[in-house]
Amino acid sequence: MLIIGLVAAAILGPFYTWRNTDNPSASRFGIASAVAVAGAAVTPIAMGQCGFAAESTGVDHLFAYGLMAAGALLGLVALQALFDRADGKKRDTVAMTGEIRTGGYRMGWWVPWLLLSPTLIILLVFLYRPAVETFTLSTQLTRLGAPRSVDVCFSNFTEVLIDDPFKLVAYPLLAIAAIYGARFWVKRAAPGSLSRRGADLAAVGAMLSVFVALYAVFSPGGGGQVAYRPVYVNTVIISIGIVALGMVGGLAVAYLAFREIRGGTIYRTLLIWPYAISPAVAGVLFFMIFDPTAGVFTHVMDTWFGIDVPNYREHAVLAQGAIILASAWKILGYNILFYLAGLQTVPIDQIEAAVIDGASAWQRFTKIVLPALSPITFFLLVTNLTYAFFEVYATIDFMTKGAPAGKTSVAIYEIIRVGVNNGDLGRGAAQSVLLFIAVIGVTLWQFRTSGSRVSYGGA
Amino acid sequence: MAGLAPGVQRRGWFRGRKWPFHLGLTATATIIAFPLLYAALIATQNNPEIFSFRTSPGTALRSNFEAVWVKRNFAGAMWNTVQMSFYVTAGKTVLSLLAGLAFVYFKFRAKWLVFFFVLVTLMMPTEVMILAMFRMVSGFGWQDTMTALVAPFLASATGAFLFRQHFANLPLELLEASQIDGATPIKFLTRVLIPISWNVIAALAVIQFVYTWNMFLWPSLIIRDEARQVVQVSLQTLTNIDGALTYGPLMLAAIIASIPPAIVFLLLQKRFMSGFAIGQEK
Repeated sequence: MLIIGLVAAAILGPFYTWRNTDNPSASRFGIASAVAVAGAAVTPIAMGQCGFAAESTGVDHLFAYGLMAAGALLGLVALQALFDRADGKKRDTVAMTGEIRTGGYRMGWWVPWLLLSPTLIILLVFLYRPAVETFTLSTQLTRLGAPRSVDVCFSNFTEVLIDDPFKLVAYPLLAIAAIYGARFWVKRAAPGSLSRRGADLAAVGAMLSVFVALYAVFSPGGGGQVAYRPVYVNTVIISIGIVALGMVGGLAVAYLAFREIRGGTIYRTLLIWPYAISPAVAGVLFFMIFDPTAGVFTHVMDTWFGIDVPNYREHAVLAQGAIILASAWKILGYNILFYLAGLQTVPIDQIEAAVIDGASAWQRFTKIVLPALSPITFFLLVTNLTYAFFEVYATIDFMTKGAPAGKTSVAIYEIIRVGVNNGDLGRGAAQSVLLFIAVIGVTLWQFRTSGSRVSYGGA
Repeated sequence: MAGLAPGVQRRGWFRGRKWPFHLGLTATATIIAFPLLYAALIATQNNPEIFSFRTSPGTALRSNFEAVWVKRNFAGAMWNTVQMSFYVTAGKTVLSLLAGLAFVYFKFRAKWLVFFFVLVTLMMPTEVMILAMFRMVSGFGWQDTMTALVAPFLASATGAFLFRQHFANLPLELLEASQIDGATPIKFLTRVLIPISWNVIAALAVIQFVYTWNMFLWPSLIIRDEARQVVQVSLQTLTNIDGALTYGPLMLAAIIASIPPAIVFLLLQKRFMSGFAIGQEK
């Protein structure tokens, strides 16, 4: 079975190069074939072909082939970069990394390396090494503090997924097909037409289908599988809640605050100071407000409105809402700060023209201000998402500790619960890899989008 | 992003009455401040006063402070956090300056490869590899040490790229003049580059200081000795004093723990904003 994968790599490698290179030649195809085979062979060799062992299941084969494909593709992308350099073609990344000026010191070759060495050593030891070890750990059964470990191949991963290999492939493929289909439709439809509106809606729907596909792929538990689907759902709800509330709130406040007004500087300082507050302190402050016996929220709801609020730590929706509110409050200052700066770049002449044309305030906002802010919005989307993935840990730890019944246990909280509190390093590492993939996805999306679409207005 | 600080305003946009804006801004500022004001009120009260929902300052500020500062040695935790934040901020600034210098003012083979090596770390947040890092750093025997809190955070792609971008936008004549004077790269850095880069340095320093001061997950894992713990994690032990849930001391401690980053942020706010404008400019 391993041979099938390697042969496929040997054939498809040159095909990739043929599609991407400007100067196809026999030698290049030969090199591509060899690189693809080598890339595909890395993981089976490192893991002793465990994915194809006698007792492995269809899902294991899927993982083994998936990793071979990823290895081959990585090798081919790197090879393509080398070909492009040889052709003198500057790709985005090369243009970005290339020389930014002609001058410079002419000293021994070791001087820049000496200047860079502390940075490189720290990054190597404290980022690259743990990253590699996370992948190694994720294929093992290792207890925290125990010297021995057992290789368990992909079982730490397969147990958080549904165990039907067909659905496991079909659902993500359907989502990808939906995205490409919608994109194709958007391209074909004339701007402004009814068809275009339908296409835009379809594009949004296709994006959402990715979330649905992931939902379907993660195991709901039972049958010896780990129930990871609830963790996924919690993470999606809490992350989207924080990002949506934090960004809409941030923009609304910034839009109110950026105008010339007496005492404007003081107002602005009074609005952005939560930037300096920690996620842990945010958790403590809202822990107090929502406390079922001593908190002001429960008290006011009861005495003023006669509403008997249940203990938020025993109520899933309230618990998630409390986490979202505390985190959105903390990130609000950061968002206001950036939107205030961004609002300075809004083209004033267009606003004035719109006022003369009799456009309403809402039209001015949606047609001129929002588009002008899109680079900032996009930047904030990514930073807020990172915040919602990771920094929320401290807030959750103070407010709910994952309660009730794990309903506020998001991905990062679950990693620590499994890996440290339960001492199950291997399973925790496998969940870390899942989160890692999500982060890489978001970052690559950011790089691609900021490279092509986002334009920095003004300045 | 335009290099305008948010205080710098443009004409023509703002017409009409102003009092609705004053009203709206005051209301918003109050809502945003509410959690902190409420915590400040609770910090002065003892449990009976809290349970009777007293709306005026209580009588327990002094005893709450003693419980926090003396009984639980919050002062020690504050000092640990000050040290950690100082070392990380200073170290990261220096290493980032050196990296920026090397990237902009030197030509060397495989520069694009080094650049890529640093760039890739932007998609490697510590949190996703925290278990492996915990195991590795524990293996170094660094548990309960300041080294474990500081060393992993001394370098960052953000800092290196911030200075690289900033230096790249400076006029080349600076370097030429300095070379004619026969200055070494380090002298060029300390005499020429640093004095004209204070805005960027301050921006990075504020971000790093606040970020480090607010770190929670990593210290909570690697520091188990309460005497060496940092404030964000120490807060957790304050939920329980003398066997009961005590709200006052916890709120007081939360406020105390927020004072240093708030001061740094407020003092350097102006520079922070203009530095950010430079950092964002593309």
